[in-house]
Amino acid sequence: MDILITGTVLGGTYALIALGLTLQYGVARIMNLANGENLVLACFCAFWLQAAAAINPIQALFLVVPAAFVLNWLIYAIVLTPLVRRATHRGQLEVDSILVTFGLMFILQGVMLLIFGGAYFSYNFLAEPVRILGQNYGLNRIVALGAAVAMFILLYGFLYRTRYGTALRAVAVDPAAAGLVAIDVPRMSAFAFALGGALTAAGGVLLSTYYTFNSAMGVIFTMKALIIVIMGGVGDVRGAVLAALLLALAETAVASLVDPGLTLAATYGLFILVLLFRPQGIFGRQAT
Amino acid sequence: MTQMRSQEWWTLAVAAIGLAVAAAIPLYDDGYYLSLSVNIAIYVVLCTAWTIFSGPTHYISLATAAFFGIGQYTVGLGIESYPFAVLVATAGVIAAALAIVVGMATLRLSGVYFVIFTLGLAELVRQVVTWLQTNFTNAVGLYVFTDFGEKHVLWMLLALAAVIYATGWLINRSRLGFAMRIIGNDETVARHVGINVAWSKVVLFAVSGAFIGIAGAILAPRYAYIEPPSAFNPVLSFQVVIMALLGGTSRLWGPLLGVIPFTILFDFISAHFPNHTSLLIGFAFVAIVYALPRGVIGLVDDLRRPQAGAEKARTSAEATQ
Repeated sequence: MDILITGTVLGGTYALIALGLTLQYGVARIMNLANGENLVLACFCAFWLQAAAAINPIQALFLVVPAAFVLNWLIYAIVLTPLVRRATHRGQLEVDSILVTFGLMFILQGVMLLIFGGAYFSYNFLAEPVRILGQNYGLNRIVALGAAVAMFILLYGFLYRTRYGTALRAVAVDPAAAGLVAIDVPRMSAFAFALGGALTAAGGVLLSTYYTFNSAMGVIFTMKALIIVIMGGVGDVRGAVLAALLLALAETAVASLVDPGLTLAATYGLFILVLLFRPQGIFGRQAT
Repeated sequence: MTQMRSQEWWTLAVAAIGLAVAAAIPLYDDGYYLSLSVNIAIYVVLCTAWTIFSGPTHYISLATAAFFGIGQYTVGLGIESYPFAVLVATAGVIAAALAIVVGMATLRLSGVYFVIFTLGLAELVRQVVTWLQTNFTNAVGLYVFTDFGEKHVLWMLLALAAVIYATGWLINRSRLGFAMRIIGNDETVARHVGINVAWSKVVLFAVSGAFIGIAGAILAPRYAYIEPPSAFNPVLSFQVVIMALLGGTSRLWGPLLGVIPFTILFDFISAHFPNHTSLLIGFAFVAIVYALPRGVIGLVDDLRRPQAGAEKARTSAEATQ
């Protein structure tokens, strides 16, 4: 039971990060390997707002998320658009964007190291116990889960119930065909990239309320998010949420039953199973 | 054809002279320059081994640190019971076996899956090794005491570099090398003319991994104390990718042009501004993509044949598929 609840909370945060990445990769076709740094940056922003301006993390969401949206829009417009224009086919864009986002990853990491150093940070927010089925849990974790769920509902409604969201999904399916039905593909790609960055930042703010973070941990989160995206199927929102929960549960189970040092081994075990049996994702159909 | 031959003889002669000069370095200096030469030799070996696989296939492998750490651990665990040469060979075999397993799981799929998988591979092996050591042995670190000095390490690395260049050259001339060039240009065509695409990639990945494992084994005596965080340091994988791409991966000797300047620069930065190394790596990646998409070797080619430069740029853009 303990594993179920802790795993679900972690899964909620993972899902936000993975949704950010799946939008960036599925719609904008950019494999953003600096996504984890985006998350850590949001952690530090939340920490800084709490310490310097006494703004609590839930209020901080309303500041950090729009800021991340603008920052990612700028990254897409300035850094990535020249590559999208230059690429003659998708393979080249893939290699170029992997290399550039690696560069971004190291630059962001370097800047954070210079400002905050390599130490671990954490702060107290709603660290009061809540009793659920005879066990105590931190109120901050429950709040983080609630906020994550609220954001999924908003995102799901946006993607499946609005014109703009439908256009976004059309670009994910086929950018060329989307262009033919008068969808502004470059604009949609930039929007999806920025929205993905904003979701990841939201995940970062929530994560910082119950997790110890440092400047160098972004890569691990990028990797987990990538594995979740592949498990769920690229661009698939429901798949990403389900895969995030599965991964977080498997990790929590291994950490508490076997050894906390082996969480990555658990992640990789799942990843290999998916690659061997369902490389198109949990809900994906076989490509023809 | 005869002209090709004489060019090959020239290359061989230049390579032999270069090796001889490098091997003579310990006779003149045994301090800073020897240590810098060893650093350069390490990256020449690693980047060239990396290029054997990633050059023709365009798959970006970040598994270097995993193979390298396995090499070090093989020596660290066995140094008290087995001769060094046996351990070096074993390291190659174990690294190749890991490469085959990873290759079989991921190389049938698109390049992105491979990048992600190799990104975490070093971390995965590190966790498993740490777990095994804390649960089944007493200490996490291992000591490697040998009679080898810095100069012996340099000589072994140079010998390994010679073997890697020879292997790369032989592969290029073989059916496998020909198959790889076709796969690099168009994988669909390769499949239709009857090339076993997945298997060719796995073989090449295993060869590349084995050499990296051997390099790790050779370097174990230099570090003397081996522990998981340093043996499986993920930054190594990134450095190898940057240096190889900076030099250019279209030829076997391309990485050499990236390794020498970058190692000297990195050495300078980490000595004077230790907190700025990740910024340097970051800017190097961005610079490669925007300014040198084909590496230094691309520039050299353009300068040598200005009229062929434009066409070369077009074909290499196609080859990146």
